[in-house]
Amino acid sequence: MIDFSTKAKNTWCPGCTNFSILAAFKNALNDLAGEGYSKDNFVMVAGIGCHGKIPDYVDINSFMSLHGRDVASAEGIKAGNPNLTVVSFAGDGDAYAEGMEHLVHAAKRNANITLFVHNNQVFGLTTGQVTPTSPKGYRGRSTPFGSPEEPLNPLAVLLASGATFIARAWALDPDKLKEIMKRAVKHKGFSIVDIIQPCITFSDTRAHFKDKVFYLDQNWPTNDWSKAMQKIRENSDKVPLGVIYEINKPVFEEQL
Amino acid sequence: MPMEKKSPIYTILVGGAAGDGAKEAAINFGRLAAKHGYEFFLSVEYPSLIRGGHNYARVSISSKKVFCDSAELDAVVALNDETVEKHRSEIKKGGMIFLDSAEDAGKKGLINIPASAWVKEENLPRLFRASALLGAVCRYYNFDIVELNNIFKEIFGEKAGPNILLAKKGYEFLQSKNVQQVFLPRRKCAGKMVLDGNEAFSEGLVKAGLKNYFGYPMTPSSSILHYLAKKAKEYKLKVVQPENEISVINMALGASYAGSRTAIASTGGGFALMLEAMAFAGVAEIPIVVVDAQRASTSTGVPTRTGQGDLDFVRHLPGEYPRIVLAPGDADEAYLIAGAAMNLAWKFQSPAVVLLDKHLSESVSTVDLQTNKVKIENPKIAGNGAAYRRYAFSPDGVSALAFPGEKGKVVKISSYEHDEDGYICDGVENAKKMCEKRFAKTKGIVVERKKYDSIKIYGDKKAKNAVIFWGSVKGPMLEAMRAVKRPYKAVQIVWLEPFDTDRFLKEIKGVKKLVIAENNFTGQLAKLIREKTGVEIKNKILKYDSLPFDVRELAKKLDKIF
Ligand SMILES: Cc1ncc(C[n+]2csc(CCOP(=O)(O)OP(=O)(O)O)c2C)c(N)n1
Ligand SMILES: [Mg+2]
Repeated sequence: MIDFSTKAKNTWCPGCTNFSILAAFKNALNDLAGEGYSKDNFVMVAGIGCHGKIPDYVDINSFMSLHGRDVASAEGIKAGNPNLTVVSFAGDGDAYAEGMEHLVHAAKRNANITLFVHNNQVFGLTTGQVTPTSPKGYRGRSTPFGSPEEPLNPLAVLLASGATFIARAWALDPDKLKEIMKRAVKHKGFSIVDIIQPCITFSDTRAHFKDKVFYLDQNWPTNDWSKAMQKIRENSDKVPLGVIYEINKPVFEEQL
Repeated sequence: MPMEKKSPIYTILVGGAAGDGAKEAAINFGRLAAKHGYEFFLSVEYPSLIRGGHNYARVSISSKKVFCDSAELDAVVALNDETVEKHRSEIKKGGMIFLDSAEDAGKKGLINIPASAWVKEENLPRLFRASALLGAVCRYYNFDIVELNNIFKEIFGEKAGPNILLAKKGYEFLQSKNVQQVFLPRRKCAGKMVLDGNEAFSEGLVKAGLKNYFGYPMTPSSSILHYLAKKAKEYKLKVVQPENEISVINMALGASYAGSRTAIASTGGGFALMLEAMAFAGVAEIPIVVVDAQRASTSTGVPTRTGQGDLDFVRHLPGEYPRIVLAPGDADEAYLIAGAAMNLAWKFQSPAVVLLDKHLSESVSTVDLQTNKVKIENPKIAGNGAAYRRYAFSPDGVSALAFPGEKGKVVKISSYEHDEDGYICDGVENAKKMCEKRFAKTKGIVVERKKYDSIKIYGDKKAKNAVIFWGSVKGPMLEAMRAVKRPYKAVQIVWLEPFDTDRFLKEIKGVKKLVIAENNFTGQLAKLIREKTGVEIKNKILKYDSLPFDVRELAKKLDKIF
């Protein structure tokens, strides 16, 4: 096992579910290094938020970008040197509020980058405000009487935008998360993994999601756009996990 | 006007509705003159619409370098009647109008050319009318029609046929009418290269190692994007038009981090969208060339006209880090400044801002690119050995660069304040030291400045009067020099930041009267000079009506002050 640890002191809350995402990623990196991916060619990009500190905890190249701009940064890094493996980490605030436009267009142009969204349905670092994925009625410091807005379905937006790899994962299942991460990195083209994540401090959804999440079955047809859209938009009490959609299309950087 | 006799200036104006091809025809006339060994300067005026409106371009040609087109016309080439009405009063005595009209030529000073009828006969789009008129003008100035055909072939290749045909018709028509020619002899020098300011700037970027260009269209910066996109294959560039300017700069910073020389350009509004990331580049020490090609007025403003309203703005971007702000005054300088900005950005790992403006960006002229003066200068690159530290302290403030993908090196950068390894760090001592590290680079930048013309002097170097200016005001200022009664020293500020205070004070020593000329309302260069030197310049010639200075008007104002 490669030691990816760094000198940085971890500043996440004790028990934060980011630890699980971090562990899954390090394991995925270790596996990928064993499968021929060069550690030197990896670049971690991150937005700003609690999630955004993750590059400090992994001893590989990293680019700590601006809030919401990590996807644009990642696309630029890939365009600057297409030999690099570029993986970006964003918060739901980052990806679905501040930087939504970059996401839609990265999916549309099929930039060959991977995006992991730490979707805790809350602005963690700025102390618990509502985000685009918070449920209607969410009470935070900026919505003390409950948010009047319906939540956004980001994966529906991304599928509609032309994303060629769409997956959902559950932060508290690091083994499965690791496998999904690896598939996302290996996918040639734009890949997104929406990682559902409780924020134990501001939006503790552990109990809420525990019985709702389930994995799509082995035979789920990942190449069927309509079925994927249906699944993503399904208004059931269950939250499907796993790779929902994956197809191959020419990637952006190779056509420049 | 002593110069005038030795090397007279001839000016023609080509006008029509948008979509009539007036600008292209005017550029082709310039190219034709260039092929005969002449120099030219061409400016364009057009409204922000695709069809209709009044478009025109003015070309001044001469055997000497022309810095700005003149408003006194020797000929008007009119693709519609409106052009004649609008510009008749600007025609010199003895000047000529070439008009697309089927009427018999009647009046003195007017030649009707049935271009519309010809394109109809030939079943060609009306765009080709311009070539017929150009053929006539070619004959009028006794230029060689073969050279005009060559120009068409260079542009259109095998599809040049209809242009050549119509030019011939125009040429022979004039011949048949026995019109008195203006005899411009072919000069015995090689035809010079023809570029507009943005194209020359782009060439400079490429010479200095550009690899990636990102741009979102906004006049007058767009033609950098167009030019580099057109040249991408030839120059092995990656040119991308992302979803907005925020993406433009963030992608660019990513590419730069990956080790690729990168530039971006926009105009006031688009530039404003990039400010958060400019500060990021400042703190994270990411090299990048950023252009603000200014337009007239404020906000969406007057999109297709010129102004210099953004100097204050680009000097006062968010955050604190050493500033580099440069402003070329013409196409030749745009080439050099592109190279300077790119090398400064990489040597000092910092954003380098270049101010252009519409009059510079879109005016076309013969150029003498000083290609030997622009090259890829090596930045400080990390060797192998000790563990790599992206922000290692060093006396000159410049840490050695490494790029992701290099074996055994971990390259960490951050928009947060960081330690020498690039990790987030909110240490009090660290914040202070990092800030000082970044500002330590100023010393090196100032030393580097010595290699360049930070301030340029023209005219009578001992004159008691001096005019100070920046950017494209150079053109009218140098031409006005030929028209004024009393000589002056012209002082062009090329390096706005870091400002060369010592040199400036030296240059104005002994000067009795100082005047500043700018295309803005508040005298932004005057403010900068006062801030840096304490010198207050009271005589200000400020023009903020969206047009560049008119040479005669400027000369008159200078005469009045001096
Ligand atoms: C342009 C900008 N706006 C606002 C902020 C302040 N800010 C920092 S993190 C954050 C939200 C973080 O939420 P999210 O992306 O969901 O990340 P989390 O902390 O939940 O992991 C905000 C608004 C900022 N850094 N930059
Ligand atoms: Mg969040």
